[in-house]
Amino acid sequence: MNPLERYAPLVEDRESFFAACERPLPSVVRVNTIRSTPDRARQALDQEGVGYETIDWNPELLRLDERGPGTSWPYFHGWLHGQEEVSALPAIALDPQPGEKVWDSCAAPGSKTTQLSAMMDDRGVVIGNDNNLGRLSALRHNAERLGVTNLAVTKQDGRNFSLKPFGFDAFDRAIVDAPCSCEGTVRKNPDTLDQWTLDHVHSVSAVQKGILSRAIQATKPGGTVVYSTCTFAPEENEAVVDHVLDTEDCEVVAFDNPLESRPGVTEWEDETYDPSVEQTHRIYPHLNDTGGFYCAKLEVTA
Amino acid sequence: MSDPGDGTADEDLQDNVGQQFGRLPATPADREVAGRASRQEVVEFFAERFGIEPAVFEGFSFWEKGKGKIWIFADEMPTPIRIEGLGMTVLRTRQEHWKPTHSAVQRFGRHATTNVIDLTPEQAATFARGEDQDLPEWDGDWGYLIATHELAGEREPIGVGLYVYDELRSTVPKGNQEELSVL
Repeated sequence: MNPLERYAPLVEDRESFFAACERPLPSVVRVNTIRSTPDRARQALDQEGVGYETIDWNPELLRLDERGPGTSWPYFHGWLHGQEEVSALPAIALDPQPGEKVWDSCAAPGSKTTQLSAMMDDRGVVIGNDNNLGRLSALRHNAERLGVTNLAVTKQDGRNFSLKPFGFDAFDRAIVDAPCSCEGTVRKNPDTLDQWTLDHVHSVSAVQKGILSRAIQATKPGGTVVYSTCTFAPEENEAVVDHVLDTEDCEVVAFDNPLESRPGVTEWEDETYDPSVEQTHRIYPHLNDTGGFYCAKLEVTA
Repeated sequence: MSDPGDGTADEDLQDNVGQQFGRLPATPADREVAGRASRQEVVEFFAERFGIEPAVFEGFSFWEKGKGKIWIFADEMPTPIRIEGLGMTVLRTRQEHWKPTHSAVQRFGRHATTNVIDLTPEQAATFARGEDQDLPEWDGDWGYLIATHELAGEREPIGVGLYVYDELRSTVPKGNQEELSVL
């Protein structure tokens, strides 16, 4: 069975949902403001005859007409980075400020991490962590290419991440863009559905709870933690948030989402979740012609 | 490396440990690790060779991991620190001629005023492919130069060139080389 069928009851427009999941994803780039400005990047693309559309909710994102971003002068100069439109959302929800200390628990390959650095004007510290050496090398390569200097890269298990090396004991903000079942990336990787199993959903959900708990513990009271995935599975989304609401000092807070979304679900199969998860966001591919996504913003209360 | 026959300060210095980042000492006199460049020397190198004002590097810290591989970081960290990455690579110092990295030149090269070579659109495309080219018209210094071209109305650094014998050699790393259009 197509695992997407599982989520059809959550989506009001079944036909548009399935149709969107079968279309390839538009090729989107983010302007790296450490190196350039949206104006100059657009000028450079014009000069080179590369066609693009602007994206109304964010001047830093451009939808390219055809080829990928890898073969243009502005890309060569690190002015552009390929990043799916919807994946720009968690950093915007996190809203990191220059000079802060920010933890990215699952950072590789680094689109969101380097976006955090750019939003911080490359000042302060982003600790970009991942537990896989190969993926870390992609993160390092991307950060270097984009001229990021405020990133420290670590290889730890996010569930028991230690701040000991850094000389400070709490983050201002943290982002958990968790490993997940990834059905939301089906437009980019159709194979992802072939590997889908319910067992994996349950095991990865336990990992997600562990990493998100650690992020809340490692963030200052009053600080912000953003949780995101590219899966539709409530077990990996609302259930994870519901878990930390029970076990950690935090609450769900609303945020301004420039993309069209649906509220988090409070019931799934035999489970019910805390009503505040309605303030989290589900993004289905047909709503904004993007990948599928989930994003929750939490405030640490003690 | 300390010289056993020479009773100077070097014999008290520690060896560089390749697996960790160590902060560069402020000046050569503060040096505790043998052969390690100092912050002052690094900043002076960029000022003397390329005319990049020392103020550009204010607020950044400099680190060594691996012999002579210098990294630049936007903030502070305790030293030494064993992690996978700290900021961006900026310079290689254990050869006679120090070599700025491709990423350093792309990031900080726009502040350069000397040893900058402006390339024509054709030359820029050749350089980005990683190819060497004859450039007898350059009458400046030999050695490492910052190659630039004009993009979106401004001068933009492309990478590090090595100029010797009327030839500009591109040192754009293999993974960054690209077949790009002649603008």
